[in-house]
Amino acid sequence: MSELSAHNLHLWRGDTHVLRGVSFALQGGQCLQVTGANGTGKTTLLRALSGLAQLEEGQVRWDGAPIARDLGSYHGALAYLGHDNGLKGDLSAHENLRFGVGLRRSVSASAIDAALAQLGVAAQRDLPLRQLSAGQRRRVALARLVLLAAPLWILDEPTANLDSAGHTLIESLLHSHLDAQGMAVVATHQPLERLGERLRGLQLS
Amino acid sequence: MNAPATPLPAAALLLMRRDLRLALRRPGDSLLPLGFFLVITTLFPLALDPDLSQLRDVAPAALWVGALLSSLLALDLLFRDDGQDGALEQLALCGQPFAVLLLAKAAVHWLLTGLPLVCVAPLAAVALGAPYAAMGGILSAVLLGTLALSLIGAVGAGLTLSLRRNGSLLALLILPLAVPVLIFGARATALAIAGEPAAAPLYLLAALAVLAATLAPWALAAAVRIGLE
Repeated sequence: MSELSAHNLHLWRGDTHVLRGVSFALQGGQCLQVTGANGTGKTTLLRALSGLAQLEEGQVRWDGAPIARDLGSYHGALAYLGHDNGLKGDLSAHENLRFGVGLRRSVSASAIDAALAQLGVAAQRDLPLRQLSAGQRRRVALARLVLLAAPLWILDEPTANLDSAGHTLIESLLHSHLDAQGMAVVATHQPLERLGERLRGLQLS
Repeated sequence: MNAPATPLPAAALLLMRRDLRLALRRPGDSLLPLGFFLVITTLFPLALDPDLSQLRDVAPAALWVGALLSSLLALDLLFRDDGQDGALEQLALCGQPFAVLLLAKAAVHWLLTGLPLVCVAPLAAVALGAPYAAMGGILSAVLLGTLALSLIGAVGAGLTLSLRRNGSLLALLILPLAVPVLIFGARATALAIAGEPAAAPLYLLAALAVLAATLAPWALAAAVRIGLE
């Protein structure tokens, strides 16, 4: 069973000591909810966990091995959704997913259509992403998350720009992801009680 | 551990197709450097005396300063959009070797901004009074030179990724590194126009292009990773 663990993470941003000794361990089928006021380093923590930001001290381990040792295979197991969706405004939703997912695994057109339908943006399939609303774009990015089928999700404010139906959708996505023994690190203030005892909390200050 | 199921060559090709498609949706962006090059090289004959021998003397300088500045102008396109919308982040996290993916991006960038220069270089050379016999040498020089310039420039674009107003710093970073390309390119062009063998500077240009292609991907990956932080 895979495991993600953080050991005494420290990170400075300029003169600010953003991460001060963050530690946790997360097993398959568990979700870690990161909370904290604005500016307490939620995004920094998630970027450090994904290997995008360099830590001053401490280690992130995946399956017991430091992620820096084999970043490629760690990233192969990781699906990251940041503040920016990472989608191209000039491509349609379908093209975005075909290229975005295709870089990692082969994906059929029907699978893409199914994911778009699951996220409620099937009607926007062929529109340039530029013409979609911010919430719809977020839904397309979440469709990529579903298609990547990665065991580890790192989500930074996944509910940004989403309506209340979108919030429920995220909860059910997380539910089925954890049911499949996946794990997730989510920075959000949306209550995730439905996940029950599989939910861990991490409060940053 | 589930390794990426898409083989690396397929992933690189897919990325190239994506970038080409994006460029086709916005043709103006990649045509601008080409127009700039044509304007520079055709302004020289207009500004100078219509004296062929004088024109031929400045032809190498005009061609290569034009090529250098227009490749600098084009660099802005390489990572700007992908950096802003988070696509570069997704590329860095897709589990494929980042250096290879960035090399694929740089290759597309050359196809869009370097290759058109190669195609219009004979036209510009004729406007500058170069004889037809010199075309082979000029074409090879511009081909090798733009390849090297694209790769060197890509590293600079990666290094200045996180800066908001990166244009002037980019120029300062890149121009010293691009000087050898300018020197050997202009020399090869001058020899070709004079009807002498231009093999020596062409070999040196080829060596520069190969060196850039060997080292640039790793420097590029490191630079962009720092820029993403």
